[in-house]
Amino acid sequence: MSVADAYEPESTGGLPISLSRVEKSFGALNVLGNFNLDIPAGQFLAVVGRSGGGKSTLMRLVAGLDGADSGRVNIGGRKVERLHPSVRLLFQEARLVPWQRVIENVGIARGPNWQETARRALADVGLEGRENDWPSVLSGGQRQRVALARALVSEPQILLLDEPFGALDALTRIEMHRLLERIWTARGFTTVLITHDVAEAVALADRVVVLREGAIALDIEIALDRPRQELADPRAVDLQRRILDAV
Amino acid sequence: MAEASVAGGYAAGEGRKLNLKGLASVLAPWALPITLLVLWEIASQSGFVNARLMPAPTKIATTFWRLLLDGSLFFHTLASTQRAVIGLVIGGGLGFIAGVLTGLWKPAETLLDSTLQMVRNIPHLALIPLVILWFGIDETAKIFLVSIGVFFPIYINTFYGVRTIDPQLVEMASVYGLDRKALIQRIILPGALPSILVGLRYALGFMWLTLIVAETISATSGIGYMTMNAREFLQTDVVLLGIIVYALLGKLADVATRAIEKRVLVWHPAYQVKSGSAK
Ligand SMILES: Nc1ncnc2c1ncn2[C@@H]1O[C@H](COP(=O)(O)OP(=O)(O)OP(=O)(O)O)[C@@H](O)[C@H]1O
Ligand SMILES: [Mg+2]
Repeated sequence: MSVADAYEPESTGGLPISLSRVEKSFGALNVLGNFNLDIPAGQFLAVVGRSGGGKSTLMRLVAGLDGADSGRVNIGGRKVERLHPSVRLLFQEARLVPWQRVIENVGIARGPNWQETARRALADVGLEGRENDWPSVLSGGQRQRVALARALVSEPQILLLDEPFGALDALTRIEMHRLLERIWTARGFTTVLITHDVAEAVALADRVVVLREGAIALDIEIALDRPRQELADPRAVDLQRRILDAV
Repeated sequence: MAEASVAGGYAAGEGRKLNLKGLASVLAPWALPITLLVLWEIASQSGFVNARLMPAPTKIATTFWRLLLDGSLFFHTLASTQRAVIGLVIGGGLGFIAGVLTGLWKPAETLLDSTLQMVRNIPHLALIPLVILWFGIDETAKIFLVSIGVFFPIYINTFYGVRTIDPQLVEMASVYGLDRKALIQRIILPGALPSILVGLRYALGFMWLTLIVAETISATSGIGYMTMNAREFLQTDVVLLGIIVYALLGKLADVATRAIEKRVLVWHPAYQVKSGSAK
């Protein structure tokens, strides 16, 4: 199914994110210490790092799901105190509500005219005609697309993705990459993608940050042309090697 | 489908065999009860068993017809059903409210749950003498007992259902800005529903059980009264008929809950008809 045809571009723009001197511990475990990171509006940032390195913790701080022990997390120049209405998250699991149909899941917030916007968002992610299915009949990739549509209906200015494609097969994953890149290019929201997969980071991001032992071990620009080819670009391979060395 | 086309020329014969097999599997569950009925009929007709203690099925059938025509069967069944339904609505409603409240709100749990767990251990039928002292033998007594009988299964399963909602879904809902009312309506209650329905199934069992006992002890109407009254006049056929009516009412309640489950849990993979539409 072609995802490209259904897409209608609409730019919502992004908001800048800034973390300064952020500390976060769980008991005796110091996950982030004196952590600084500035993400300009509209940037596509990928965060890679070992398991348990604090990537999800970082994302939860930005989302306002958890608070920092000290330091500041700012979105659009304002301190994050609770959930920010223009920040949307995609989790590793799709987290669809099993007893709501696909369209009701996408329009979970039931905003004005939600059915129409939900239908359009589903078309954006290539799921036209599946509006009235139950989530349990969808494949893993389709579920993540519903979750993506749900995140997109509210026209977020920041999209946080915590390994959303980790459980998908390689082909579906590439399909999701193309989809995400296309929507991001059109809308220009600030994107933070957390991933284990260095190739995924290089294929999608403007900039890759390696998180190691609660600090940034590497911070590089990925200045490759878009739309990107998934394979065989020697510059991409070189970048992947540099990132892997830092992880 | 693939096998059918491979079978080719044998298709017709296979089909008939399958049909016979299908018919046999539909009839099989009835074979034993029917055989027993026939044996029972023969035994009491031939005087092998005392027809006074164990009247023949045909005798029960005539009794059924007689009580149906004089309206008393309907009258007693209605009286019992009324008590059952009123008790279920009161006890089940309170159990549901208490379950949701304690499930959602920590102070309510601290206040109520340990007390309720303690009271739960008293078999509610043990309260019958007390209930007769309190309410006499009028309707309130029976409805009170039924209410208590259905309260606990509904309370416990509602509480459990609310408590075991996937916290990841709740987190997702808060990220998407659902307020408390929407969260309860769209996430928590539907999520607790499978468990609540399990509670309802148990409650219906308790409901009839309580009613049988309560009506045999103190009543002037209802199936229980009808059978106890018949016992005094040694009308064993009426007693047996009463038992059969109870069984049918119980079965009816079970069928009704299954139908409700099938309807409201359509989203649940266990209730989905496998269709070819899913890719
Ligand atoms: N709520 C919590 N309570 C206690 N410890 C926690 C909590 N959340 C995270 N941690 C700990 O903080 C550390 C970082 O966890 P985090 O989930 O951020 O890692 P991650 O980089 O996302 O790992 P992964 O790639 O496996 O998802 C881990 O050691 C984890 O055990
Ligand atoms: Mg993580």
